[in-house]
Amino acid sequence: MDSICTWGHMGGFWCNQPVRVALAVGGGAALVCAVVGLSTVMRRQAFAGHALADVSGAGGSASYLLGINPLFGFLGMAAAAAGVMEWAQVREARERDLLTGVVLGAGLGLAALLLYLDMTVRNVSGAAITVLFGSMFTIPPSIVPVALIVAAAALGASALIFRPLLVSTLSIDLARAQGARVRTIARIHAMALALAVSLAAMTVGAILSTALLIGPAAAALQVARRPASALALAVLIGLAATWGGIALAYQSYYWTPGRGWPVSFFIVMLIVCAYLLASAVARRRSGSSATAPLSGCQEH
Amino acid sequence: MNAGEAAVALDRVAVTLGERPVLREVSFRLEAEQFCALIGTNGSGKTTLLRAILGFIPVQAGRIDLPAGAIGYVPQKITLDPGLPLRARDVIALGLDGARFGTRLPSKARAVRVQEMLRAVGAEEFAEQRVGTLSGGQQQRVLLAHALVRRPKLLLLDEPLANLDVGSTAEIVALLRRLSHEFGAAVLLSAHDMNPLLPVVDRIVYLANGCAVSGKADEVVRTEVLSRLYGYHVDVLRVHGRVVVIAAGARTESRDALERDPVHTITVP
Ligand SMILES: Nc1ncnc2c1ncn2[C@@H]1O[C@H](COP(=O)(O)OP(=O)(O)OP(=O)(O)O)[C@@H](O)[C@H]1O
Ligand SMILES: [Mg+2]
Repeated sequence: MDSICTWGHMGGFWCNQPVRVALAVGGGAALVCAVVGLSTVMRRQAFAGHALADVSGAGGSASYLLGINPLFGFLGMAAAAAGVMEWAQVREARERDLLTGVVLGAGLGLAALLLYLDMTVRNVSGAAITVLFGSMFTIPPSIVPVALIVAAAALGASALIFRPLLVSTLSIDLARAQGARVRTIARIHAMALALAVSLAAMTVGAILSTALLIGPAAAALQVARRPASALALAVLIGLAATWGGIALAYQSYYWTPGRGWPVSFFIVMLIVCAYLLASAVARRRSGSSATAPLSGCQEH
Repeated sequence: MNAGEAAVALDRVAVTLGERPVLREVSFRLEAEQFCALIGTNGSGKTTLLRAILGFIPVQAGRIDLPAGAIGYVPQKITLDPGLPLRARDVIALGLDGARFGTRLPSKARAVRVQEMLRAVGAEEFAEQRVGTLSGGQQQRVLLAHALVRRPKLLLLDEPLANLDVGSTAEIVALLRRLSHEFGAAVLLSAHDMNPLLPVVDRIVYLANGCAVSGKADEVVRTEVLSRLYGYHVDVLRVHGRVVVIAAGARTESRDALERDPVHTITVP
């Protein structure tokens, strides 16, 4: 493994400890977000996903005050918010959105206070940027094992509910008629979502984790026609954007000597590119199938 | 479940939704493999009755006996999201074991069963298309296959003929009758227009006023039987081989409903 350290300046990339941590934690977050994000988008819960991610920022901010592992901070807050939203048993979409909005507002308000305290009481000057926008090259290596356990738990939960979640996404009534336990499934999904956004918040920050959660799934859904291919494509896009973003950010130290650009920026930009590309492919496809039968109508 | 042949048996079932007693006392029995139409005007409680049988809503009184095993169901209102990455084929496969936890590797046996169902409902042509992008009638076929793929002993269909044109209606009715024989399933199918169903049904359950009468079509659709059910006089007229149920009596809420929706134009074979 260490022999690749001698390959030009990309050799330094592979052998750099912060880079390795970023690749591991970022890869785990991207994988989990792609999988959980896909079901979140299909269930039309993108707003809830975004809200959970933002709210988790309050937990991340609290971790500096409490001196705990930031991942536990993000996770605790996201899980608490998911619990409130899921156990409130709101069925109607509009009411659900309102509740989500209220939870989101409360979480961000709390984050504002905690970040202020981080800076004034604890003197952690970069806390706001790190919590909200991520700082992948400063992730402490001690987080890697915890992050991998969280990732495994989220993937396990997603695999467990994969099929019944698909049916209940299609129709709650069809799922219930088949004997699916729709409430249990929704709760497990909410918890998987909390795990996913806290991992994402750890890497690209609480605010930008929406991009990692929603972007790859939204891009994949534009072109995939079956669940397995949507899943594979979302994972591919998420991993490529994350690892590509890390590599570009590392490179950027050489473009602007001594002052690299944030990893999160590159990751989000790559995701946006993937989304635009997928849209173009989808439009081309529907365009080519729509024009063929219409042309025949002109001849009477 | 008693030892008899019944595919479903209701005994004095009462259901209240909110404050409203929708079903007051509904009793009927459907034998195995029977093909039965559940008839009633809009708001008479057809959907409520089917959902009560499925256990989606609690019953206040009475009992419902069901066979062991799967029940097939196609709901009345269902909007399939065109953005979902599910082909018609995938939806039918989810009918097999979609309620189970865990994932499963694709198997040859399952693929064969799905293919058989696609053929049975005539959906092979659009098997690879996203289900949300299919037409209403095509979706109806796919949902039917989804409901039948586990070979249930009871199939509940809520207004499967709504939104179909005349040709498709006849086609789907013939298809339903054939599948009911082929799969040995009793079918309870709700509709407010009996016309296309009368040539094929074994019996009907006529719902009005929170109560039901059931029997063969010519036993149920009679002036004295329906007048007793509605609680006021209705006339069952035979015009050009069709039967028309017309309200003629005191103005009541349900009479208004019947006048608004005089759909009980029934052709007696
Ligand atoms: N959730 C509910 N709460 C209160 N009342 C309800 C509820 N759902 C339905 N109802 C009422 O119960 C009655 C029966 O409704 P139901 O949907 O069962 O009728 P239906 O026979 O299926 O009508 P349609 O032919 O229009 O489908 C209606 O008067 C309706 O207003
Ligand atoms: Mg109805």
